[in-house]
Amino acid sequence: MTIFPLPIDTIFLKIGVYAIYLLIGIGFGYVLESSGFNKSTKLAAQFYFKDLTVFKVFFTAIVVGMLLIFGAAAIGLLDYNLIWVNPTYLWSGVIGGLVMGMGFIVGGFCPGTSLTALATLKVDGMFYVAGALTGIFAFSETIDEVPHFFNGSYFGRLTLMDLFDLPTGVVALLVTLMALFMFWGGEKLEAIYGNKDISKEPKGRYVGAGVFVVAAIGLIALGQPTNADRWNWISGEQQARLDNREVQIVTEELLHTMHDSKLNLVMLDVREEKDFNLFHITDSDHVLPEEIPALINDFIALPANSLFVIMSNDETRATEVWKYMVAESVPNVYILEGGLNNWVDTYATPYEDEYCAGEKENLQDDEFKYILTSALGDHCPAAYPHLEDHEHVEYEPRIKMELKRAPSAGGCG
Amino acid sequence: MTTATEAQNKEGFFKRLFNRPEKEYWNAYTGGIVLGLVLFTSIFITGNGLGASGGLSRFVAFIEDIVAPGHVDRVPYLIKTAGGELNALDNWIVFISIGAIIGGFISGLRNGRVKLETHKGPKITNKQRWFYAFVGGFLFSYGARLARGCTSGQALSGGATLSAGSWAVMFAIFGGAYLFAYAFRKLWN
Repeated sequence: MTIFPLPIDTIFLKIGVYAIYLLIGIGFGYVLESSGFNKSTKLAAQFYFKDLTVFKVFFTAIVVGMLLIFGAAAIGLLDYNLIWVNPTYLWSGVIGGLVMGMGFIVGGFCPGTSLTALATLKVDGMFYVAGALTGIFAFSETIDEVPHFFNGSYFGRLTLMDLFDLPTGVVALLVTLMALFMFWGGEKLEAIYGNKDISKEPKGRYVGAGVFVVAAIGLIALGQPTNADRWNWISGEQQARLDNREVQIVTEELLHTMHDSKLNLVMLDVREEKDFNLFHITDSDHVLPEEIPALINDFIALPANSLFVIMSNDETRATEVWKYMVAESVPNVYILEGGLNNWVDTYATPYEDEYCAGEKENLQDDEFKYILTSALGDHCPAAYPHLEDHEHVEYEPRIKMELKRAPSAGGCG
Repeated sequence: MTTATEAQNKEGFFKRLFNRPEKEYWNAYTGGIVLGLVLFTSIFITGNGLGASGGLSRFVAFIEDIVAPGHVDRVPYLIKTAGGELNALDNWIVFISIGAIIGGFISGLRNGRVKLETHKGPKITNKQRWFYAFVGGFLFSYGARLARGCTSGQALSGGATLSAGSWAVMFAIFGGAYLFAYAFRKLWN
């Protein structure tokens, strides 16, 4: 089973969690200062092609980080679905980026670098930080005027792999080659505009470039884990939960959950469309099993109080979808015990009986067992039973909301 | 008498600490590799990348919450960080930012680079430089809030996790800086 990222919020006390982030921050600040990012003139020289340190540090870090992240994911050490991948808000991102670019050349820092400048008593860094705090204040006072622009052009957890429809390893190789090309070009530019003597650069950088390319090719060869791989890693533990019926919730529990406003209940009806049209629970979403893979990113991005209940006519199909989603690290997924057949058994009223011409003979596995004379959809009382209309039975609650391991906000909150 | 020597020693210690010979910065590729390792460590252990503007943002919300708590509770953008009983500083990103200041200070101290000074282009005065630094900081952080992250939170962290939106932001930041570089060449050259 993939153990990283660690569920640090559940392992450590808050103070321990914050100590970890503090240490990471110290490492971050140390490197920024050591690379010369506390010096505005060095940062600005980047944009006049005199000193391309910013580019070199930045893209080397991206390549190293990327190769390690996807390398760890390939061997099953790190779960990519559980790490924060910035969601895409295209136009607010692009316009914000251009404004940042202007701020960069006018102010000579970016926020992270200005913190190290402040720490090393650079007066321009202090003024920059003061300006940054003022800018944030101005933003919070004005952004609610343009909510559609700020929250629009949303594409969710969209990766470059999704965008170009390429395997992860290929994207990693392209990014690596692009970075190397930029380093090569950057050094040429430094020689022309910055009068730098390239021959003094360490020869070891050619070795480093070779290592990067080999590692990226290795990523292509390894591939990223498939859903079957991911299921195999967790099957021991999760198959036991299935077999012990720890994840199948009874109709009564679903009914109560439907009336619990604290939960973001997502009911996925994974049956064929004809069955869904005959009868389904109010607010359940019709999703075919083959549509699930494309929805995983959206499921992961939902808030921590989200609860998934999968339902088919009986349980076979719902169980397959459950396995798929659990293997993809979607939290809080449950199956409706006995499926929709059981639901109708429990909550059918005289209204439904009127449209029912009996039960099918020779019932196949996971087939809707009632013969309905009309497609009821959710236009019937059993689609949304009221709590007070039914006698309640004692049941053992199965749903235990787990703390979300995937971060729900990145470095931007 | 002992206190006097102690004070002298103390002064000597701080003098020595702050008057270390200024050392060269790291080679850029070395810096990049170490930064990549820090980034990976963060993502590997916590699932979160690095960030800077988020910490500043929460600091602002914290101050506003002290000065005008009612106002914070009425501005939708602030509610989620400091509304009601929420403490704006009670968030991991704040500790990354505090750490970045400490880490920068340690590195600067070790290498003799903690000095009260202003870096600027040759054609402008210190005061002009401070003014432009303030304006630049204002613009950058406004843009960073709009784009939901700055060079660290979006371009670096999102770049390494291959987020499509983060790459768009990254190109926009560098594109914007190159686009306006000519117009502001007097500040730096």
